[in-house]
Amino acid sequence: MIDGFLALYIFMLAAFTGYEIIARVPVILHTPLMSGSNFVHGIVLVGAMIALGHAQTPIEMTIGFIGVLLGAGNAAGGYVVTERMLEMFKSSKPDAGKGSH
Amino acid sequence: MSLLPTVIKVCYFLAALLFILGLKRMSSPRTARAGIVWAGYGMLLAVLATFFLPDMHNLGLIAAAVLIGVSAAWWSGRRVAMTAMPQMVALYNGMGGGAAAAIGAVELIGYVRNLAILHPPGMPDTSPLRPESWALNGLPPMPAVTTLSPVELTLGVLGALIGAVSFSGSLIAFAKLQGWLDKRFVFAGQRVVNMLLLAGAVLTGVLLIGGHASMPLIVAFFALALLFGLMMTLPIGGADMPVVISLYNAFTGLAVAFEGFVLGNEAMIIAGMVVGAAGTLLTQLMAKAMNRSIGNVLFGSFGAAAGEAQAIEGAQKPIDAADAAVMMAYAERVVIVPGYGLAVAQAQHKVWEFAQLLIKRGVKVKFAIHPVAGRMPGHMNVLLAEAGVPYDLIADMEDINPEFSATDVALVIGANDVVNPLAKTDPASPIYGMPILDVSDARHVIVIKRGKGTGFAGIENALFYADNTRMLYGDGQAAVGELVNEVKSVDG
Repeated sequence: MIDGFLALYIFMLAAFTGYEIIARVPVILHTPLMSGSNFVHGIVLVGAMIALGHAQTPIEMTIGFIGVLLGAGNAAGGYVVTERMLEMFKSSKPDAGKGSH
Repeated sequence: MSLLPTVIKVCYFLAALLFILGLKRMSSPRTARAGIVWAGYGMLLAVLATFFLPDMHNLGLIAAAVLIGVSAAWWSGRRVAMTAMPQMVALYNGMGGGAAAAIGAVELIGYVRNLAILHPPGMPDTSPLRPESWALNGLPPMPAVTTLSPVELTLGVLGALIGAVSFSGSLIAFAKLQGWLDKRFVFAGQRVVNMLLLAGAVLTGVLLIGGHASMPLIVAFFALALLFGLMMTLPIGGADMPVVISLYNAFTGLAVAFEGFVLGNEAMIIAGMVVGAAGTLLTQLMAKAMNRSIGNVLFGSFGAAAGEAQAIEGAQKPIDAADAAVMMAYAERVVIVPGYGLAVAQAQHKVWEFAQLLIKRGVKVKFAIHPVAGRMPGHMNVLLAEAGVPYDLIADMEDINPEFSATDVALVIGANDVVNPLAKTDPASPIYGMPILDVSDARHVIVIKRGKGTGFAGIENALFYADNTRMLYGDGQAAVGELVNEVKSVDG
């Protein structure tokens, strides 16, 4: 499969990437971003599909099926909820608040 | 057809790239919406590519499960109210953790099955799994089955453990925020029981890795891991739930990365690890904003050892809506401090209507948001954005605190602990040291509150008894509605 040390490098670089992305986020985006990252680990769906695709016995197929169900829920639910939250940020216009300052 | 594997690899690469770019865009309000769409395309690409992987069986089952899962989650995610977002994130996160655990389970069961094939009767246990030793022992040629390497086995078990804990823990967090589990579940020796459960799960995991893998052991491992997630989350109070959800979000990310290694899927490793790191940092930021350490959230019980709290002198002084409305209508500066109570009462639209009336009269209005107002950092901003409040009227704690002394009226709606001066003055208070909004510096404070009870954390609030504070009792929505009518009648 993947070479162990190569994987270790991927682990490390990906961890730094995740850290850097969050470090500069304003507080107002914390909830949408948590939701967005929740969507991104919905990639587990792909893993569950592979697991079910290689399943051979009924018990493996049952657990794999549940895994794909849950993974699909993670991906789809995470997307809808994040999109709905961020939708609101789109609609506000910068010139709407001339009552203050 | 030798092109196909390359195309699939390219799809996974593009997915990983789109996830990172998407998250990057999500970290700025202007590009945030494009960010989730980018990440969405990445997911679509990865899922479609997976159908074309070589050696995939059960394609019908896979398609059916994807369809059912996607439509159920899509439907529930569309319908849920904005105020219920935190628990929906918990629910979907739990599903991800469960999926990672399921991957681990399928891989482990397959491993045990293949191990049995490689150790038929007559095969000495000590012989290495080399084809020649099969012939030497007079056995048929070695079957071509793959086993997991020690590293794959270790990460697979670890990912399954973390995923299972995240699964059952997130479901409890969901049930608590949904109001299905009101009581905190605490008993003597709980910490010991939890530690024993964790130790049991780790021990069975080590046995699995150490060559003792069998079906009963796999069942025991998952039962212990699921039970640990359950028991660990039950005693945690509602106020700490955002930190816990964020932590489980990071957990699921890690679990996905580890299972991705077992499956040899780079997109899973990268996406999972990015979320694992980002989620860990986000958890720390949240805990810091609440003046709690992560260890404290997980293992301490909130407010249990508060000691002797300061007695609060004086009485709460009520005000009626007409007086409150006049006070604000003729004020120069008004700061509105919304808390979770406002979200519960669904009053955000009414409050914005009220603020617009004041702005029309020439009052300078701002909204002050505590970092943990609502149930997650930024939750209140989302709710205000939903009501149409523009960004530049919304101020963070650091920016607004120096301005309170020049504020005529601070209007507190459904916020309690985040404006409690005891956090500064009473070392015995469980919220002592938590940064708060200094509303008591304002000339007048008006607090809209349901009744005389204490807040989410169950702590008395000295602000309500202060000389310059007036209480406007009532449901948030109804009380602000009255204020709107009264201000309109001031205008004539």
